[in-house]
Amino acid sequence: MILNMGPQHPSTHGVLRVILEIDGETVLRIMPDIGYLHTGIEKTCEAKFYQQVVPLTDRIDYLCPLTNNLCYCLAVEKLLGLEIPPKAQWMRVLLNELTRINSHLVWLGTHALDIGAMTVFLYCFREREDILRLFEAVSGQRMMTSYFRIGGLALEPPLDFFDRVRDFVNRFPAKVDEYENLLTANPIWLMRTKGVARITAEDAIALGASGPTMRGSGVDFDLRRDMPYSSYDKFKFKVPVAQEGDVFARYICRVQELRESNTIVQQALDGMPSGPIKADAPKVVLPDREKMKTQMEALIYHFKIITEGFSVPAGEVYQAVESPRGEMGYYVVSDGTAKPYRVHMRSACLANLQVLPAMCEGRLIADVVAAIGSIDIVLGEIDR
Amino acid sequence: MPLAPAITDLEQLKAHPAIAPLLAWNAAVVEQVKFDRDEMSISIERSAIREACALLRDDPACPFNFLSDVTCVDWYPSEPRFEVIYHLLSIPQKERVRLKVSLNGDSPAVESVTSVWPAANFFEREVYDLFGVRFTGHPYLRRIQMPENWEGHPLRKDYPVEGYR
Repeated sequence: MILNMGPQHPSTHGVLRVILEIDGETVLRIMPDIGYLHTGIEKTCEAKFYQQVVPLTDRIDYLCPLTNNLCYCLAVEKLLGLEIPPKAQWMRVLLNELTRINSHLVWLGTHALDIGAMTVFLYCFREREDILRLFEAVSGQRMMTSYFRIGGLALEPPLDFFDRVRDFVNRFPAKVDEYENLLTANPIWLMRTKGVARITAEDAIALGASGPTMRGSGVDFDLRRDMPYSSYDKFKFKVPVAQEGDVFARYICRVQELRESNTIVQQALDGMPSGPIKADAPKVVLPDREKMKTQMEALIYHFKIITEGFSVPAGEVYQAVESPRGEMGYYVVSDGTAKPYRVHMRSACLANLQVLPAMCEGRLIADVVAAIGSIDIVLGEIDR
Repeated sequence: MPLAPAITDLEQLKAHPAIAPLLAWNAAVVEQVKFDRDEMSISIERSAIREACALLRDDPACPFNFLSDVTCVDWYPSEPRFEVIYHLLSIPQKERVRLKVSLNGDSPAVESVTSVWPAANFFEREVYDLFGVRFTGHPYLRRIQMPENWEGHPLRKDYPVEGYR
């Protein structure tokens, strides 16, 4: 029998349609059908100035907008050859790890909800609210932040921002203990996750899986540690790896990542350098508001950047960052004008979704729900 | 930090872990090399792409075992019009390389690399869907993002940004 799961189904995390060929309760074949959220962002990027693309990148993956901002900005900065001041780099790391916590909290809550543990969802969203308030404090937006700009940051963080982050960081480890108390030794949770939807390391690599989906199968690779960007080489953190390759292994990896991200935020707070938050590149970075009122050149540069953008030397760049879901990559091609010739996003979820058939075929329909939850997909990023 | 000029001389780059095995296998498949902004690009002869990928994946010194991405760039109106781009990653050696294949504008087609990395399945379907580049030997070459009955390939440069009205 052919069964359609989705596109409107609470456990598919958005508008994913999964076509199941089943025999009784057993899944014989499974095929994901995507494209319901396709908005042509890559095409839109080609018609915008470089700085106008930043808000578009928020909308790709709505759970980690700052990671997408970072990846795009790094790619364009690499094309331009821009040097970013240390404070901006450390702020980027700090906010990126808060984003990772935020994204993993949504994942944990909804994943547990799918499998039937309702309470965890409420706990996770309690802490997520704190992080969204921090994002609002720093950028003015809870979700579509656009806080990283080409050449640095949009604004100085508000005065009490670091105290608020420190307060959160101090409270958070106890909250992770709370989630783990509810799940890690819970017999129902173990039965639904242990040994379910296994994937071997070889299959995970061949199918292009990355991030916790790959690390849950024993592949010890993390772009933050192995190919560092934005000063990640100055931070000390462990990369959680689990060997079993099942839903539980991916769960353990992500929960450990919550703790590791928390320590990275702590290190970023302790060692936050002082100095400017924008690169010294007047043709690329918008000038201060105050300078615009007193200096002629600042006003001219502002007018030029807003009306005609800035040209980027011809060339091409592929920049990858470790998003909460895996390898997020931006391939940007410049033809020397003020608009990108081509912007392509390598979506970690699109590749991770290909693992689904290998995980689920021959198993029960109920396990499909657990498997989809465990690869943590965001359909906005898959479809773009 | 000013940009260093790109290196395009094959002699200077032949020790690179992706170029050395290709040259040792068949020097004729390497059409052009470019080292720019710390990234290596190699243009491969169109008919050799699958074998070149398999060679780099199985290279013992630096196995490029992970296919990060497959995408395409449309250089309309110049010819060859399409450039299919493969981003390879070596997880053990932490090395990246970019392979390129140039295709003509009329009925562009290239051999699929799904037999080398199954990961290419969705990526190649997306390129087929949005650029109209066919991948021969692909197990399921159907549209993936756009509806089945869509006409045209939206990411081509001669396709208007607002779509046809």
